[in-house]
Amino acid sequence: MSNGMLSRRSAAWLAAGLLGAATLPAAPRPAQAADLVFLSTQLRPIEEAQKLRNDVLSKAPVPSTFVPEATPEFTVRAKAEIAGGTHTISLLGALHGELQPLATLGALEPLDALATRLAARGFPDNLMALGRFGGQHQLYIPWMQATYVMVANKKALPFLPPGADLKTLTYAQLAAWAQAIQAKTGNRALGFPAGPTGLMPRFFEGYLYPSFTGGVVAPFRSPAAEAMWAEFATLWKSVTPNSTNYNFMQEPLLTGEVWIAWDHVARIQDALRQKPDDFVVFPAPAGPKGRGYMPVIAGLAIAKGAPDAAGAASLIDYLTRPTTQIQTLRSSSFFPTVKATIPNDLDPGLKLTEIGVAEMQSAPDAKPSLLPIGLGDKGGAFDKVFLDTFQLIVLRGQKPHDVLPREGEAMQRIMTDTGAPCWAPDPPSTGACQVQ
Amino acid sequence: MRGIRVIPYLLIAPAVLFLLVLFVVPLVQTMALAFQSDGGWNFGNFSRMANDINFNDAVTDTFEIVVIAVPLQLALALGMAMMLRHVQRGRDIVLWIWSIPLGISDLAAGLVWLAILNDRGFLNSLLFRVGLISSPQSYLTYETPIALLAAIVIAELWRATAIVLVIIVAGVQLVPKEYAEAADVFGATPWQRFIRITLPLLKPSIQTALILRTVLAFEMFAMVLSLGGRNFPVLVSEAFNWEYAQQDYGVAAAYAVVVMLVSLAATLVYLGALRSPPDAR
Repeated sequence: MSNGMLSRRSAAWLAAGLLGAATLPAAPRPAQAADLVFLSTQLRPIEEAQKLRNDVLSKAPVPSTFVPEATPEFTVRAKAEIAGGTHTISLLGALHGELQPLATLGALEPLDALATRLAARGFPDNLMALGRFGGQHQLYIPWMQATYVMVANKKALPFLPPGADLKTLTYAQLAAWAQAIQAKTGNRALGFPAGPTGLMPRFFEGYLYPSFTGGVVAPFRSPAAEAMWAEFATLWKSVTPNSTNYNFMQEPLLTGEVWIAWDHVARIQDALRQKPDDFVVFPAPAGPKGRGYMPVIAGLAIAKGAPDAAGAASLIDYLTRPTTQIQTLRSSSFFPTVKATIPNDLDPGLKLTEIGVAEMQSAPDAKPSLLPIGLGDKGGAFDKVFLDTFQLIVLRGQKPHDVLPREGEAMQRIMTDTGAPCWAPDPPSTGACQVQ
Repeated sequence: MRGIRVIPYLLIAPAVLFLLVLFVVPLVQTMALAFQSDGGWNFGNFSRMANDINFNDAVTDTFEIVVIAVPLQLALALGMAMMLRHVQRGRDIVLWIWSIPLGISDLAAGLVWLAILNDRGFLNSLLFRVGLISSPQSYLTYETPIALLAAIVIAELWRATAIVLVIIVAGVQLVPKEYAEAADVFGATPWQRFIRITLPLLKPSIQTALILRTVLAFEMFAMVLSLGGRNFPVLVSEAFNWEYAQQDYGVAAAYAVVVMLVSLAATLVYLGALRSPPDAR
């Protein structure tokens, strides 16, 4: 039966091919047009990208092709252009943490002259400092900013513990609130974006740790951190177990599965835009050391060897004009990085967000955390330390006292390997940040 | 004469070249990447992989799926192929309907099952309508590991039984009718006929189907990710996490090497265990 033989051979080839599939690296996308190429990890959803192209970039002084790309592809492509020596990208738009590996590689053009020229636009000093990555040169110009907030369905408000005010909520009150809802309705109505692409690590890095320990790296395994994890594990009993599947909180908020949530403002916008009357937006809770919060900064950078560096510079000039920034706010949910008056006719959902963000930033006990600085391409490993700790203590029920020393060592290795000095809210260090 | 001898090699040259460039080269690169860390050749990536908190889960989960789903798929496909033999009219339509899941991408299949099985999904709506539950039930969380495993196995059965079926059906068509008729003459029961005649003659097809399915099951990714998320790590999803989330290409390559070795071992086991004697081919 020769057919039997044939199918065996082809099976072997097929199997070989399939084995190969697992080992193939992802291919970067080819360049598209002769216009200036603007590669961005932000405004990636088709609607936002289209609005940026039609409402913002079409009126720019320089024609450009806006190419949205997910973070891994963005990094791979930018690195490939350096390695290959063929440059197609002129302008890069990405989050602080995504530009950092490129800055470490020396792939970004210094923008000191441009920064001086645009200084009158009123960029806050701390944002400009982030764009220098702790070095001498301005490597990106702040483009847009956002942060994380809490959202609650108005149905949850009657269950607020007595004396609690959304604007000055504490973690203890949040726990009591979620517990009250669970006791009276049977639902675990508190939700976190702890899914595979959710932003949960930022919650630990910018919210929980600063609020309870006053730092991030230095007090990672301190007694305060142990107490914090124990308290958070208790709070987690009122958190819906679906949280480890959530990537964007807007979906469970819209279906009513979740009543109270924490997430990035861009990841709750659909809920707020579709049902602005159903939700309230409020600042993240406070712990014993203050109300930790973390700004999100996207920057514009010019790639070294850019085919059109001058064009990219004039695009940066255009994109950071106050009027353009307001237009960008309307088409996304990123707030201006320059002095600009927020108009009154803003979408009601955006308006809610704006109020929440303003309350967060102006809270008297606000404790802003900077994004990790100087970690290079170890940003993912840094996030993993927090996620692993969370998984072990909260999901698998291990004792903080057993988990934190081990994870603290992993954290120290990252700091030693990268030599990253401490960043706020940790006290400044000489040399690599030390886990105490 | 010489020209004729060269032609077959010329004809297979593009395929060989293709495999060399797109399979062997990346394979060697991956191996090299996996055994290099801290600037030297060592097992550093493998020890980091094995010490990771998700490694044991990833290995267990992957093998659970393979061990549960692949035999079920084979049994189902054999049953379906046998039933199909007795269908006279509309056989092609039945076969066509059974193969629909083959045309659907992994991720799409995962999303379809997610829409069925999530808290507000079709399954809960149905159970609620008929009065079996009073509030949404969760099936896909870390608190319900058995339901989660069952959900992934069911989705996997739905998605990939068809490929086994197609191979088995092709094999069944090659079994000469005379054998069955002869067995009837000697008074064999349908079960004896299946065990003694059909199954041995189907061995080459079963081998092909098992190799294909097992290798694919070890590489399961998009569907598991959409249903299980962080709660159900498998080998390939961990490779993906190390590559993209942690940007640690060495550990990702180590995972790829593990997946490759496991698949290779499974293939060799099947080749050995299901070998047909030369005279039976």
